Amino acid sequence: MSLLTVDGLEVRIGARTLLREVALALEAGELLGVVGPNGSGKSTLVKAIAQLLPHRGEVRLAGEPLARLPARQRARRLAYLGQDDGVRWPISVADLVALGRHPWQSGGWGGASAARAARDREAVERALVAAEVEALRARRLDTLSGGERARARLARALAVEAPLLLADEPIAAADPRHQLRIMELLRAHCARGAGVVLVLHDLTLASRFCDRLLLLHQGRALAQGRPGEVLDAANLRAAYGIEVLGGSHQGEPYLIPWRCLDDH
Amino acid sequence: MRRLFAPWSLNLALLVALALASLLSLGLGAAPLTPGEVLAGLLGTGSTEQRLIVQQIRLPRVVLAWLVGAALGASGAALQGLLRNPLAEPGLLGISASAGLGAVLTLHFGLTAISLWLLPGAAMLFALLATLALYLLTRRGASNLTLILAGVALSALAGALTSLALNLAPNPASVQDIVLWLLGSISDRSFDDVLLALPFVVLGLMLLLATAPALEVLALGEAEAASLGVDLARLRGLIVLGAALAVGSTVAVSGTIGFVGLVVPHLLRRLVHHRPGALLVPSALGGALLVLVADIALRLLDTPRELMLGVVTALVGAPFFLALVLRSRGAPG
Repeated sequence: MSLLTVDGLEVRIGARTLLREVALALEAGELLGVVGPNGSGKSTLVKAIAQLLPHRGEVRLAGEPLARLPARQRARRLAYLGQDDGVRWPISVADLVALGRHPWQSGGWGGASAARAARDREAVERALVAAEVEALRARRLDTLSGGERARARLARALAVEAPLLLADEPIAAADPRHQLRIMELLRAHCARGAGVVLVLHDLTLASRFCDRLLLLHQGRALAQGRPGEVLDAANLRAAYGIEVLGGSHQGEPYLIPWRCLDDH
Repeated sequence: MRRLFAPWSLNLALLVALALASLLSLGLGAAPLTPGEVLAGLLGTGSTEQRLIVQQIRLPRVVLAWLVGAALGASGAALQGLLRNPLAEPGLLGISASAGLGAVLTLHFGLTAISLWLLPGAAMLFALLATLALYLLTRRGASNLTLILAGVALSALAGALTSLALNLAPNPASVQDIVLWLLGSISDRSFDDVLLALPFVVLGLMLLLATAPALEVLALGEAEAASLGVDLARLRGLIVLGAALAVGSTVAVSGTIGFVGLVVPHLLRRLVHHRPGALLVPSALGGALLVLVADIALRLLDTPRELMLGVVTALVGAPFFLALVLRSRGAPG
């Protein structure tokens, strides 16, 4: 059984249809890249999967419809890392990462048991190590660079220890070295058995690191499959209206956006 | 991880300061008492006169300062956490202004002559009406921006109607009543006032404090908080209702006292490492301390007439607010 299956997903806001008839399946340990031009529905797709937007169609996690799970149960099985960095307070990295344990803690009054607290501490440690921010744990968020901050936010999402991670452009604010680092961290997360749905713009990183790609265009899935098949000249022309310079280096593909095509 | 203090030690320090300020306040007045005499009066071991002065005359004022300050401080911290904005405070949502309008209307129509309970009753009723409007908005999934704009509109409406009541006041005496009441004070209050506000403040504080874990997660932003299982509509509802109950009932017995809800969370935020949930309890204690200290200060000042509490908090708070706005153009907090 697939970890995540999405069928006939449709999102409408007012009279506008942002997403229509999207279907996908994700296995445990797999990294699925979602690519497409601005406004093609990438963020809408991951938000709908995370049950943060009203939608039609079905989203199943290990066979169970997500919409029917109580919020806390769902939160333990699905981690969502948003595109916008919404953190307004300069809290410490360790405090930020610890927020990822919220779904596992008892709500309201009464403290957690010592065993529960110890498990939460261990999960936070693992996330700090996995995202390579353990040296930054005592730092305030407002003293971090963009790339460090992106890794700290990733650590928060990893701390949930959910089998599914939805990450919306986690590398957008990072420099090239941090981008490569974060892609390697996400690959390592998959190697530990998690499934990851990753929204990104960089076509080379998408080709190199993702097992499969989903190319969205105007709210529809234009293509889906292995990176080499999805990012062919015809699909890139249709989706982005660009010509791409491609090749391979050390046996891995690269794709450089080269020029805009006038007929788009 | 290195911590400046454990949260409980900050709360303990605030509690000790609050106890000392309370002893000082109970000793102040026409017949000054030493802290020893105050304690004797409190415990009932002193003279009848001491017991009467401390328990009947001065204690209601001190307890009201606790209630008013705790309500304003905790509401301010909760609203700042909810709106993720260090400039939010109970006055912002129109709750204080609406409660003030209810009280002003009873003064305008001279209804206080019928029953002394009408003024606080009307203040709480109007605070609840304002809250109900805000709550219905949050039920319909309104964003925080909508909530703030609705609060600004409610404040403006309540302010305009208050001005209208002053404008059409039947006689100079009722104008003076209204103006003095609007300035805010906790002097010459009895245990009737305390008992009126107490249950609502306690209930409001309980609702506010119960939101601490969810407020903490809301630091991530609304989408990620929702993905971690936080029910945003419930969180908004709890905070709006809690703030209305606590602030509305204190406005009912003390008039409008501004800026405490803004200043106190801001001063304490660093000490809890900017964690919005951990800020709630210290803000309640710090608010109580600030109102008590302000109330002591206005009695120690040598002015021709005793200053009103609301005047003192606004005089200190407004410049602070301006400095905060000018500084927060960079990063908040």
